[in-house]
Amino acid sequence: MNKARQNPFNTAAMHGALILYTLIALFPVFVILINSFKTRRAIFREPLAFPNTDSFSLIGYETVMNQGDFFLYFQNSMIVTVASLFFILLFGAMAAYALSEYQFKGNLLMGLYLALGIMIPIRIGTVAILEMMVATGLVNTLWALILVYTAQGLPLAVFILSEFMRQVSDDLKNAGRIDGLSEYTIFFRLVLPLVRPAMATVAVFNMIPIWNDLWFPLILAPAEETKTLTLGSQVFIGQFVTDWNAVLSALSMAILPVLILYVIFSRQLIRGITSGAVK
Amino acid sequence: MTRPRFRWHIVVFLAPAVLVYSAVMIFPLFNTLRLALYTEIDQNRVFVGLQNFQTLFFDPIWSEQFWNALGNNFWFFLIHMLVQNPIGIALAALLSHPRLRFAALYRSAIFIPTILSFVIVGFAWKLILSPIWGIAPSMLDAVGLKFLFAPWLGKEEYALTTLALISVWQFVGIPMMLIYAALLTIPEEILEAGEIDGITGTSAFWKIKLPLILPSIGIISILTFVGNFNAFDLIYAAQGALAGPDFSTDILGTFMYRTFFGFQLQLGDPHMGSAIAGAMFAIILLGVCIYLFGIQTRMRRYQL
Repeated sequence: MNKARQNPFNTAAMHGALILYTLIALFPVFVILINSFKTRRAIFREPLAFPNTDSFSLIGYETVMNQGDFFLYFQNSMIVTVASLFFILLFGAMAAYALSEYQFKGNLLMGLYLALGIMIPIRIGTVAILEMMVATGLVNTLWALILVYTAQGLPLAVFILSEFMRQVSDDLKNAGRIDGLSEYTIFFRLVLPLVRPAMATVAVFNMIPIWNDLWFPLILAPAEETKTLTLGSQVFIGQFVTDWNAVLSALSMAILPVLILYVIFSRQLIRGITSGAVK
Repeated sequence: MTRPRFRWHIVVFLAPAVLVYSAVMIFPLFNTLRLALYTEIDQNRVFVGLQNFQTLFFDPIWSEQFWNALGNNFWFFLIHMLVQNPIGIALAALLSHPRLRFAALYRSAIFIPTILSFVIVGFAWKLILSPIWGIAPSMLDAVGLKFLFAPWLGKEEYALTTLALISVWQFVGIPMMLIYAALLTIPEEILEAGEIDGITGTSAFWKIKLPLILPSIGIISILTFVGNFNAFDLIYAAQGALAGPDFSTDILGTFMYRTFFGFQLQLGDPHMGSAIAGAMFAIILLGVCIYLFGIQTRMRRYQL
């Protein structure tokens, strides 16, 4: 590295710009979190102050716990997200393997067909999806959501995973074949473990949009027993608009799970994006 | 010579993905387009051809809402293109600077809004901009700009722009990350060659890096386009299905939701809803085609 690109003034200006933008990015989250721990009076009197012994209060959280069924919502979101990711990864990896490993008639066409869904949002078909779910009795079940999210996630999963599966060495697979392993064993025992990093990338890409989606829970599963956390907090906040303590606490409780997931997976996510998996 | 044995395992590998994808995505997509050609008369489904589209585009009551939503949607997209993507590129350019300390920390922090749900983002900003709570006015007061404050989300002329800027705030992380990834792939030798010719600092960005990341900017533009033209959640979370005040924040997603699901006294109409979905499909397809055939193929790609 040479000096032409290093200049103390520039460095300070760069940090200044980045710090400024970081503050803009974090400010609303920070305001919500600190105010959720304050009394109603303190929320309005000094919205930017940290809670102290005088203004500390958990009244909002108590309301949320008593009124909303947040544990049920959380459980629903968890089931939907985990099940959808499982099916996206399993079916996506199987299809990606078929496309990248075998030469057969229609291979290219099948790849293009599966890639269509990368650019076309599934929401366009909502009217017919709802009609189908009503006809099959799946409406207001978590299965409706799991099916939709699986279909939505598959195109990109197949695309990314088949890129990675092309890099798995042929010698390894052929060695397996000579040893008499079936194609299924080769896939599950030899190939899948090798593309695990790519699978993690696909999982992280899909996890956040599924967890945060409002459209399909609102339309396909708005019943009390099947509300996801996103829909549940939307409805809850809508009912308690004037109870600021409850609204701020509900928001904080909705932020927390995502934030924890992000802290756990952020390295994977950032590595996935920057490794060019989506280019 | 015997025919090669049919390879059943290929079918087994492909079947689950193809079945789920076809049944839950492709079939409903075409079925929705088909439903747009029908209407309901006395609880019977009747084929009416393109009449729904005619109603949507030319009937005074419908067309006013439709063109309003479409115009708002274009404005929403324009703000993203003019604000979100330049800020994203600028942040990426700063972050990719060699030997910048804390780069990973900035990167992770700036990406946080992107992972939050629209419900959180919508309500959080609604509270912050609320004149009742007064965070925004008192902060403006602190820098002597209090006269600038207005209840932005409640005024017809500002509400849509405010929501678009909130959405920009939320999603700036995506262009930032993609451009950052593209900037990392530029080889050091090219930049050093530029330095020998006296091209450093900002001019290195404009003359060397920017041309090299143009394909990524193209991808970001089309992702923004598709994302904006099926946006719904933020407007719904912040302003409700009526996209108030007085439909000034109505975009195609909220318009479709209202039409097909119904609201207050109006009954839902799946056929008109499908017609709107058809229009959205056409717009998105047009955008994707312009990108694929008009922009992507003509863009100069440099072999690095």
